[in-house]
Amino acid sequence: MKEMIVISGKGGTGKTSVMAAFASLAENMMLCDADVDAADLHLIMAPEVQERQAFQSGNTAVINKDKCTECGLCRDLCRWDAVSETFEIDSIACEGCGVCVYFCPEEAIDFPVDTCGEWFISDTRFGPMVHARLGIAEENSGKLVTLVRKEAKKLAEAKNLDLILTDGPPGIGCPVIASIGGADAVLIVTEPSVSGVHDMERVVQLAEHFRVPAMVCINKFDINTEMSMEIERFCQNKGLTFLGRIPFDPIFTKAMVQGQTIYEYNSDSNAGLAVRQIWEKIGNSLRI
Amino acid sequence: MIISIASGKGGTGKTTVATNLAASMGSNVQLLDCDVEEPNSHLFLKPKFTETKNVYTPVPEVDKDKCTLCGKCGEICQFRAIVVIGETVLPFHELCHSCGGCMEVCPENAISEVGRELGVIQKGYLNGIEFIHGRLRVGEAMSPPLIKKVRALTDPHKLTIIDAPPGTSCPVIESMRNSDFVLLVTEPTPFGLHDLKLAVGAVRLLGIPHGLVINRSDIGDSQVQAYAQKEEIPILMEIPFDRNIAEAYSKGELIITVMPEWRERFISLHQKIKKMVQ
Repeated sequence: MKEMIVISGKGGTGKTSVMAAFASLAENMMLCDADVDAADLHLIMAPEVQERQAFQSGNTAVINKDKCTECGLCRDLCRWDAVSETFEIDSIACEGCGVCVYFCPEEAIDFPVDTCGEWFISDTRFGPMVHARLGIAEENSGKLVTLVRKEAKKLAEAKNLDLILTDGPPGIGCPVIASIGGADAVLIVTEPSVSGVHDMERVVQLAEHFRVPAMVCINKFDINTEMSMEIERFCQNKGLTFLGRIPFDPIFTKAMVQGQTIYEYNSDSNAGLAVRQIWEKIGNSLRI
Repeated sequence: MIISIASGKGGTGKTTVATNLAASMGSNVQLLDCDVEEPNSHLFLKPKFTETKNVYTPVPEVDKDKCTLCGKCGEICQFRAIVVIGETVLPFHELCHSCGGCMEVCPENAISEVGRELGVIQKGYLNGIEFIHGRLRVGEAMSPPLIKKVRALTDPHKLTIIDAPPGTSCPVIESMRNSDFVLLVTEPTPFGLHDLKLAVGAVRLLGIPHGLVINRSDIGDSQVQAYAQKEEIPILMEIPFDRNIAEAYSKGELIITVMPEWRERFISLHQKIKKMVQ
């Protein structure tokens, strides 16, 4: 069983749309949405939720007014400025470090566990899907990513599937690190723009740092063909597998509006042809 | 006044709006790029950097001669960033949230703090615009502490424009907190709408006045407009899809450079925001 994560560094390069197209082409696979902060894959996959569970992680301090003598020690110790003048704790600012709880001489600070989101096991028309929703303004996205990946692996093994296709988050921070560690490969979907290239280079460094093999494809390559050539050269120099170019094609948006993959919308588009070729190369490279 | 530019979904045009708005204002303005994982604003504003400094977060170092292996540090740490195993105490710097609990609790005063590098902060100028961004070190997981340090450079005498990261979790909250206004940039597609709703949830949680910019306003469908109307979120600007804009963007050019008539529109966007804040 193989696990491939689709990432991009920069948001909006077309990760999720390309992922959805792959789902149309792949066999004996399942989907995992590790972009728990702003998950979108379900808008095309229309998952039917089979199992739903709360995601609990971390704690937040709460001052018990009846016991509090307003000695101020918690405010002195808190490095997040989370304790107000009137001894209320700003739950958004609270890091959940528990230092105030530990040192409060009156034992006046409670430390309940946070419910920061939900995760789901679902069925889709392409195969099973594990996905999640982090609560707004919540922390611990990395832990939720680790959890959905673990659950996806369990399910893939139980069902004897060949591949887990995982939609990763943008950026290079905690949820991305949690998404790619130990994966068989990452696919970087980039675009030929100064920001696309800048962000791709950082995410390539990240993949190198965590020793995950990286492959690259370019979306909307014809918006700037010169820069697309530059990206290909960059991949060559870095020894990265270059998979191909996808043209700018409004079909991605049209299909999304209908809740469809590009193949469901129209089986015969230029973008569809390019994605199919890229998918074949991925199959060869992962040996699936 | 502090205006944050946020979006929920990535790639909707936050950086485009932030950089064009800053460049249209001309002077007495600063742009803070708080998308420290993937900072892009400098690629469009092209400031001349005059200052680069490394930024650290405190993490524990244990003096083995003083340590009695009592284990109190491991007990207080919520992040398993320091543990006593057998005859040694092991700090895991990359897991540390810098709360200082272990140092505070150690009865032997055996713990002091050293720095873990978060990344760099760079400062520069372009025609009177002050530019500051953070660049997270590749491999560093925690962006909020670096964002906090970028935000600390807010100049209260200037108009501050903040380019926020995508999403709705802690890095975004850290970027938007204490802003006077949040400008949400979206695109009229199902993904754009879905993530916009999350972003609106976050902004409402913080209680900050907000408005909308719809980018590529003529693609997709009309659900975003319908949502904005229903929720009474003012649409302050619409930018139609234009291949010229997309090509200019790809080369790192501002809209107001290739289509100078947009400068007035960004200035009037700022006027509208100013009115809403007052």
